[in-house]
Formats: sequence, structure tokens, C-alpha cells
Amino acid sequence: MNIRTFRIGGIHPDENKLTHEAVTQVAALPKQAIFPLSQHIGAPAKPVVQKGDKVKVGTMIAEAGGFVSAPIFSSVSGTVFKIDTAIDATGYRKPVIIINVEGDEWEESIDRSDKLETVEAHPELTPEEIVTRIKDAGVVGMGGACFPTFIKLTPPPTAKAECVIINAVECEPYITADFRLMMEHADEILVGLELLMMGAKVTTGYIGIETNKMPGIELLTQKCAEKFGGSEYTVEVVPLKQRYPQGGEKQLVDAVIQRQVPAPPAIPVNVGAIVQNVGTAFAVYQAVMKHKPLFERYTTVTGKKLKNPGNFLVRMGTPMLELIDACGGMPEGDNKLLAGGPMMGKALTSTEVPICKGTNSVTIISDEEARRKEPQPCIRCAKCVGACPMGLEPYLLAKLSEVKNWERAESEDIVSCIECGSCQFTCPAHRPLLDNIRQGKSTVMGIIRNRNAKK
Amino acid sequence: MGKLIVSLSPHAHGTDSVERNMYGVIIALMPALLVSFYFFGLGSVIVCLTSVVACVFFEWAINKYILKSERNTILDGSAALTGLLLGMNLPSNLPIWIILIGALFAIGVAKMTFGGLGHNIFNPALVGRCALLVAFPAQMTSWPLPGQWFQYTDAETGATPLALMQEAVKSGNMDVLAQLPDAVSLLLADVSLNGGAGTIGEVCDLALIAGLIFMLWRKIITWHIPVSVIGTVFVLSELLHLSNPIYADPVVVILSGGLMLGAIFMATDYVTSPMTPKGQIIYGVSIGVLTIVIRNWGAYPEGMSFAILIMNAFTPLINNYVKPKRFGEVAK
Repeated sequence: MNIRTFRIGGIHPDENKLTHEAVTQVAALPKQAIFPLSQHIGAPAKPVVQKGDKVKVGTMIAEAGGFVSAPIFSSVSGTVFKIDTAIDATGYRKPVIIINVEGDEWEESIDRSDKLETVEAHPELTPEEIVTRIKDAGVVGMGGACFPTFIKLTPPPTAKAECVIINAVECEPYITADFRLMMEHADEILVGLELLMMGAKVTTGYIGIETNKMPGIELLTQKCAEKFGGSEYTVEVVPLKQRYPQGGEKQLVDAVIQRQVPAPPAIPVNVGAIVQNVGTAFAVYQAVMKHKPLFERYTTVTGKKLKNPGNFLVRMGTPMLELIDACGGMPEGDNKLLAGGPMMGKALTSTEVPICKGTNSVTIISDEEARRKEPQPCIRCAKCVGACPMGLEPYLLAKLSEVKNWERAESEDIVSCIECGSCQFTCPAHRPLLDNIRQGKSTVMGIIRNRNAKK
Repeated sequence: MGKLIVSLSPHAHGTDSVERNMYGVIIALMPALLVSFYFFGLGSVIVCLTSVVACVFFEWAINKYILKSERNTILDGSAALTGLLLGMNLPSNLPIWIILIGALFAIGVAKMTFGGLGHNIFNPALVGRCALLVAFPAQMTSWPLPGQWFQYTDAETGATPLALMQEAVKSGNMDVLAQLPDAVSLLLADVSLNGGAGTIGEVCDLALIAGLIFMLWRKIITWHIPVSVIGTVFVLSELLHLSNPIYADPVVVILSGGLMLGAIFMATDYVTSPMTPKGQIIYGVSIGVLTIVIRNWGAYPEGMSFAILIMNAFTPLINNYVKPKRFGEVAK
């Protein structure tokens, strides 16, 4: 087996994949569902319902608020209770639509059968039709970044797509939702990949999976051979050496096709690659073949102190507390509640934050592990430089941000930081490297935006 | 339900710590230290113990009485490490009062004056050693012969291999080189041969190499500095040896004097060495070149300490100009 990986930096956090074997359960319907209008990168969606309106499962409740945006669909049937604000994963109060759940009545256009639809049976599917259906279904990248999928499939004229890479790396500790999805819906994912390749007008596809998910590698290799063998498509399952942050888009492209995306504003398609999460491929299948908009997803609910951690198929808008209660409730004592995994997840200020399009995991870190150790002086050991997957010098960027030397921070490429946290994870002196770099990066990006605006 | 703790990502941390690295280096020094106890006996124990205790005491006292800082840093292991390295860079017959002055220089002048751990420009142990070398040249260049267990300041002394090598170069008489021990006895520190004389830490190269392997395995250091220092010295002395036999055999050169101790334990000091692999190689090669120059044509037979201190001064410059290869710079 030819195992690949990315070429610069990287770390090996403890896996803690507690729920690898836990078959996905269907989460109970919430009593009230909360839909933030900003669940994606870009402009917030605009509500198209009013207080008191009746909605069904799959009814559009907010339309795209601009080109880079995505519509939002109700995951429940019931009555719009109010359009208000609530605390979301950012920790701020943001506009939301709240729906009181009544029954479970679906839009009739949605095909709820389990029958596998194939592209061969649907000659009406042109690349444009596929992209339109993906856009209209509100599909966004489901690995966490939530970039609208249809935009990735229509690259700027200066770039030419050559392949679609499915991101099934799941390099964050704890999270197993993608692994369960590929074990349970491999056929649908491969149809989704085919649709993505058709939409992007390419015939080459890759599926990158780390070797800690051998059953997934074996299953998809076999299914790929069955499905794509002898067809016009070349699809390869690429086993990847376990290493964080391999699921980062740039690192994955480097690992799979040995090409490095240049510094921002370049994007993966500048080197020919379109990267889509395995969950996105599944959502694309459902959107195009089943007319099912994006309103439910696979989410891992996990933590060492949790009684029954598990994987759930959950309707978006479900407050996290309901999922946590289904796993045995919040552990005793002080906890850190994360949307996402321990490396890049956001610590939440409330258990009422709803599951959104990008919530791949609800992770609970307990007690001592939740607290940071006191920082010591930098001993200049250079381990952060060795760990940085972008070839940056985290110790220097953190220092420059601390002393507010923005010019130098910019010339030292602070905007290339992907905020993966490898430097801070590695630092023997427990220094808050990424805290400082993140602040510096956002300031420098602001300076660059202002400068460009003046031109 | 308890509180929800909020902080920015990452929420996980590796198991690495300052202490793990500092005590890791101390563990890596243990084979060489134990071997030195065996060869230099009581003198080695007194010198190393005094140096460690003095360095830790000075750091504690400066923290408490001069800086008046609430948090004392002596438990992070760095002061003990400086003390141990200083001790291992001294002759085993050095009187206690001189060692105390060396420790005060190392901790007081080279480390705490600059702001303590992480802020010093020069390697503290080497500053201590070189200050003593300049202030007490006679005591610092009398080397007890190995194998005297119970002698301390009264130990019998002899010439080091490096002194013989420099003598050969200066007199142009290669017969002196015949007195050099061979490579195997240098590696294993065979005391039956006249030539094992030197500082406490450099007596057995094999023990030092064992420490290097341990540090590489524990990922405390990377290979770049030790390999580039030793490699450069080897290549240059091979060239000199081929051009004129008054220059000693390169294998004997890299196994003699403080080269191994310096390349493995002194040049690799985190604080005073460059931050990028490329920078570390530039730094290592430069140390190698300077060592050869000082050893053969300088005033002192041993050039390692000075070479490292000189390159310490260039480390900020190297950090400023030598950058790691950024992601995306690699041609696709």
C-alpha cells in the first residue's frame, strides 16, 4: 500500500476516537429548533418566513443573502415561533429563526426512499443542472468551514479544475461522524463524487483517508473498483499516514497529488484540485438525486467523561443539550463544550447552541484537560517551527503580534496561517502562540483590505 | 452542572514541557557523567556537584533577592543543566572557589542579566567556562590524567591530545603526533594510554554519542547541529591531513577534546542556536570551521567553546535572514 502524506510539519495528537464502532443513531426531534441565519461563509441568509407561518420539513425559511451565501431550510415541521437573536457558536447573539416543532411532515418533493439512485437513470443531469440543484439545496462544505459548494464547482476563469478530492481524512481527534457515514453510505457517497466530478467537468477523483480508518479504505476501494472500473472516470482511494492537520484543504491536496497551493489569495483549484468533504458528497447526492435540501447531518457527540458517546443523524437546529442528554447528560464538574474537535473546535458559552451545517462534532472536554497550563518563557526550542504545516515561524509571528509590529508580521506571511493549532499543541512552554497569531492575522488582514480598498 | 470553560482553540496539548526537555538533556548527560566519575573519581564528583549546586543557588538567590520575582524558576531544570554542563567543561582538579566564580558568571552574568531562561544571547555554561579560562589560565589548562580516584587538586596532570596536535602544527614536527591515542581508545576512553586528559565531560566519546542518540529518540533536539558541526570538522581536518601530515588524522581530531561534548550538548542549546533547520546547518558548519581555525592556528589548543560563543552572537542574524521554506514555495 502506497501511503502518502503532506510534506511540511504536522503533529500526532491522541486520537481518542471513542465512537469509531458506534453505529449511527437517529436523534430524537427537538421540541424547538433554532436556525442561525449565518451557518456558512459569506452573507447571512435572509428570512422568507414570518412569525406564525406553518413550515414543513424541507421548507425554505431563509434565502441566500448574496452570491457567496446559502439558503436555509427547516429541518422540522411546525410553526415559526419568532425571528430573534440567540447565542451561536461564535459566542455572540446572532439573528435566528425559531420554530416550534409539531409532528414530522415533510415536503412532498423530497424522495424519502432508501433506493440508490444512479446517474445512468437520470439523463437530464447536465453539469449546470447539478450545480443549480446543489446551490438551491443550500449545500455547503460540511467539514466545518461551510463554504458554499456550488462556488467551488464553478472556478474562476483563470483556474482549471483537474480533479475532485474527497476529504475523508477526519484528522481531528474524537470525531468519527465522517467515518460512520462512509461505512454506512458508501454507495451514496460515490454517486455524490460522480455528481461532483460531472459538475466540475473532470474525470479524475481521489478519496483521501487516513490509515486509522482501514475498514473505510477497504470498503471504498472495493466499491470504487465496482462502480468506476471500466467507466470514463478514474477514482483512486488514497491511504494517508495519520498526521494532523491532514484534513486541512491545502495539506490534503499536497498529500494526495503532491502539489502545493501558493499563498493566499490562491485556492486549491489554482493547482487543479476541488476538495469536498465526504459529508458534502453525501449531501450532494441527496440534494441532486433525492431533492432533499441540506437540513440534517452526521454529528459525533463525544467526550471521555460522557456516559454513552455516539454518532447521530441529527436535524439541524437541535440544541446541543438535547444530544448531550441523549448521551447521558453533561458530566459533573466544569467542562469545556466544543463545536468541533479539540484542535480547531470552538468553545461554546451555552448548551443551547444548535447543531448547524458545519457541526461535525459536539466534544466535551472535562476537568483538568479543559484548563490550560500556565505559560513559561519561550525557550526557543524551535519545535513550533518544525510543527507548522505552512512553513511559518509561529514563535516569531506570535511575538510580532504581541508587540503589534504589523508590517513585519505581514512580511513574515502571517496571513498564510491556517490556525490549525499545531504550534500551540507542541509548545513545551505552553505559550498561547495561536491566540496571538490569530489576533495578528486578523489585524493584518484588515490592514490589507483597507489598503486594497484605497487603490 | 458546573461551569462551561471557554478559551480559544486548540483545546488539546501534547505532553511536552520545558521540564521534560531540560531533565531529558540531564539524563542524556548521565552516561558521560558516570564514566567521568569512573575515570576522574573524587575530583569529578566534587567539581560537578559544586557547579550544579552553585548554579541552582545563584538562580534562586537572584530571583528572590534581586529580581524579587514571585515565581522561582529553579525547578524548570535549566539552572541545574547549566551547572552540570559547566562542571563537565572543567578540569577535575579545579578548586571549589574558582568553580563558584564560574557558576556566578554563568548564571549571574550570562543568564539572569539578560532576563533568565529563554532570553540569554550566549550559552551560560560556556560563558562561565571561558571567563574562567581567561581569568585563571593556569588552573584551567592543567588536566589531570584519568585513573586517579582519590586525588582532587593534587592529581597528576598531563598533556591533552589537542595540545599535542597544536604543537605539531606550530613546530612543523609530526613526530609529536605519535603520542596521540588511537581512535578506539579515545572512543572508549582507555586510560592505559597517555592522552585521556581533558575536561570531565569529554573523557568518553561513546558515552556522549549515547546521549545524542537518546536526545534524538526523545525528539529533544534534531540532527542538524551535531551532524553539521562534526561533519565540517571531519571534512576540513581530512583536507588538512591530506595536504600535510603535520595535521592529525581526522578521526582522531573529531574524537579529541571537547568536540563531541560541544557539538552534542553545547551548540544544541535551544536558546542560543538558530530556529530553522537551514539556519542550524549554517550555524553548525560555521562552528566547525571556526573550531578548526582556532585549534590549529589560534592561541588556545581548544577552539570549540569560542567557536560556539562566536556563533551564538550570530544566531539572531541567522534567524532574521534564514527562513523556512513556506508552504506553496515548493515548485508544484
